[in-house]
Amino acid sequence: MPDQNAPTTTGLTTESATLAGELFGDGVGTQAGPPAVPAAGTGTAGQAAPGAHSHGGSTPTGSPAERFTSTDPEAFGVPTGREETWRFTPMKRVRPLLDGAPSDAHLSWTTDLPEGVELTSVEAGDPLLKGLPEPVDRLAALARQRSGGAAVVRVAKEARLDRPVTLGLAGTGSEEVVWGHLVIEVGAFAEATVVLDHSGLARYAGGVSVLVGDGAQVKLVSVQDWAPGAVHGGQFDAVVGRDATFTQVVVTLGGDLVRLVSNVQYAGPGGSAELFGVYFSDETQHQEHRLWVDHAVPNCTSNVLYKGALQGEGARTVWIGDVRIRPAATGTETYELNRNLVLTDGARADSVPNLEIETGEIVGAGHASATGRFDDEQLFYLCSRGIDAETARRLVVRGFFADVVQRIGLDALQDRLMASIDERLGALPALDDQPVEVA
Amino acid sequence: MSVLEIRDLHVSVGEGDDAKEILRGVDLTVRSGETHAIMGPNGSGKSTLAYSIAGHPKYTITGGSVTLDGEDVLEMGVDERARAGLFLAMQYPVEVPGVSVSNFLRTAATAIKGEAPKLRTWVKDVKSEMELLEMDPAFAERNVNEGFSGGEKKRHEILQMRLLKPGIAILDETDSGLDVDALRIVSEGVNRTREEGDVGVLLITHYTRILRYIKPDFVHVFVNGRIAEEGGPELAEKLENEGYAAYVKGTQEVASA
Repeated sequence: MPDQNAPTTTGLTTESATLAGELFGDGVGTQAGPPAVPAAGTGTAGQAAPGAHSHGGSTPTGSPAERFTSTDPEAFGVPTGREETWRFTPMKRVRPLLDGAPSDAHLSWTTDLPEGVELTSVEAGDPLLKGLPEPVDRLAALARQRSGGAAVVRVAKEARLDRPVTLGLAGTGSEEVVWGHLVIEVGAFAEATVVLDHSGLARYAGGVSVLVGDGAQVKLVSVQDWAPGAVHGGQFDAVVGRDATFTQVVVTLGGDLVRLVSNVQYAGPGGSAELFGVYFSDETQHQEHRLWVDHAVPNCTSNVLYKGALQGEGARTVWIGDVRIRPAATGTETYELNRNLVLTDGARADSVPNLEIETGEIVGAGHASATGRFDDEQLFYLCSRGIDAETARRLVVRGFFADVVQRIGLDALQDRLMASIDERLGALPALDDQPVEVA
Repeated sequence: MSVLEIRDLHVSVGEGDDAKEILRGVDLTVRSGETHAIMGPNGSGKSTLAYSIAGHPKYTITGGSVTLDGEDVLEMGVDERARAGLFLAMQYPVEVPGVSVSNFLRTAATAIKGEAPKLRTWVKDVKSEMELLEMDPAFAERNVNEGFSGGEKKRHEILQMRLLKPGIAILDETDSGLDVDALRIVSEGVNRTREEGDVGVLLITHYTRILRYIKPDFVHVFVNGRIAEEGGPELAEKLENEGYAAYVKGTQEVASA
């Protein structure tokens, strides 16, 4: 426990074994920490110094530097791969998205728009675009600039959609980079689910900006079901209104390289953000998910759960989870969790949670991360009920994915994704075709 | 009719120089229709006995034998033991995220019976067993043991025993951490199985409390990795009154029954 007089706000102890033990066997926990709730009696503004707590990076003194953002690609320079934000990314494979050659290539769109939803577009320079969160890296800035405007999905205020908005975005196999920007604007108190269903072969740099009106409830599902060889980079931004709820579910299965940056900020108090992700990397696939939740207003919550599995030589995943609680963000509650299941040799998962807390007056903040192989205890439990080891293994892995996929809440899409995962794992016994309703 | 025979069983944990012998020659025979209580202080090896019989990879058998109806249990895989008719209700059931209770139960029943149970009768069976164990139907759609309270986990273990109908059931401290109501519900579940027929029960417990609900035919006092004394139900009463002190010389261990 921290010294009661010390200006700490975190009170971190290392309990990686405990947290990792929830899913994995002994000794496989990495980069884990317990929920960092301020010790009783230390949570006053006077004592809560801005000494932030940080894992996985340099230890900041005082407030961390502001994150650099710009709409000008040149402001970022051309990354070499040594930069912190690019050091995990295979630069050769992402290079087309950083060179920035203009193009008129597009994805093929298939849309399903329920009543109450409008799909339009705006030109570059439109006031709507000026008010959006700015790009955080060259790739995102290029996407913003080269797309020359944006497609806009508008959900009227207080609308309650009878089905999800679905945008099927299919690559057409063009060598040229597709630059895109999508703005999703949801009016106050509306309830909407938007599904972005990426497929086909493309080199795609696409930005997505979600404006969640006050009291609105928005779920954004982004499926990366790309064909082999596809390259996809992009920045997702959500601006969460007062008392609004934003849920994002990212499912990355296909493509050669997928690198998604998801940022969340709050426009007013009482907002809630849940960021779920699941990824499955096979031989040579690079899947990188970087998150940045910026708590700058009071009484907001964030919850991050990303789970990934890797199999095959050269399978590679990267998860970076940054959460910042600024001095004004009293009453914040945040938790982030990343789990990686390494199914074979030759695969590598990086996981870097990073929590910066600048006020002691929070409800709770924590993070955990674990990377490992199968949990022997789970297998033993299933086998001790007569289930053979191979079936048990599939049940565990399937469950590992289903845990996140079921957050989508759309049965047809969930079934399709689980079927795709099953196929890659090898088929389960036909039992699953007969769900048992006991209630 | 099943017979579980344990002969001179020696079990250790750890490897090489770190290996530590936990079981030091256990002899025990459990037959269908019999209920045996194994009682002993913490650290005496009771749970090691349970997990060794079930085949947990953490434990190394260094000597002796375990047979079920003459078949060598120690040669079987964990799943084969279950299919042969052994069941272990665990003290700390494991969470399996993303796997629903209903899917798990049906997968297990299919494995044990060798074919998928008929959907209609199966649903009815699960429902009625859950009602008897006073479990909410919504339970079936939750993930296995995830977020379950201590009492819910133990009811779930007994539910599995009810549905899988083992020949020999080993209950490892099923009573620990239960309040009186949950203890009664769980005990009634065990007693239903005993009344229905041919199960042999090996009830492992630290306390005599559960023996008020489940009457054992035999009581074994387990100390320091082996059975120190055997008797009938009267032995449990003696332990209730005197604790384990007489068996554990040189320590302060006393049964807190």
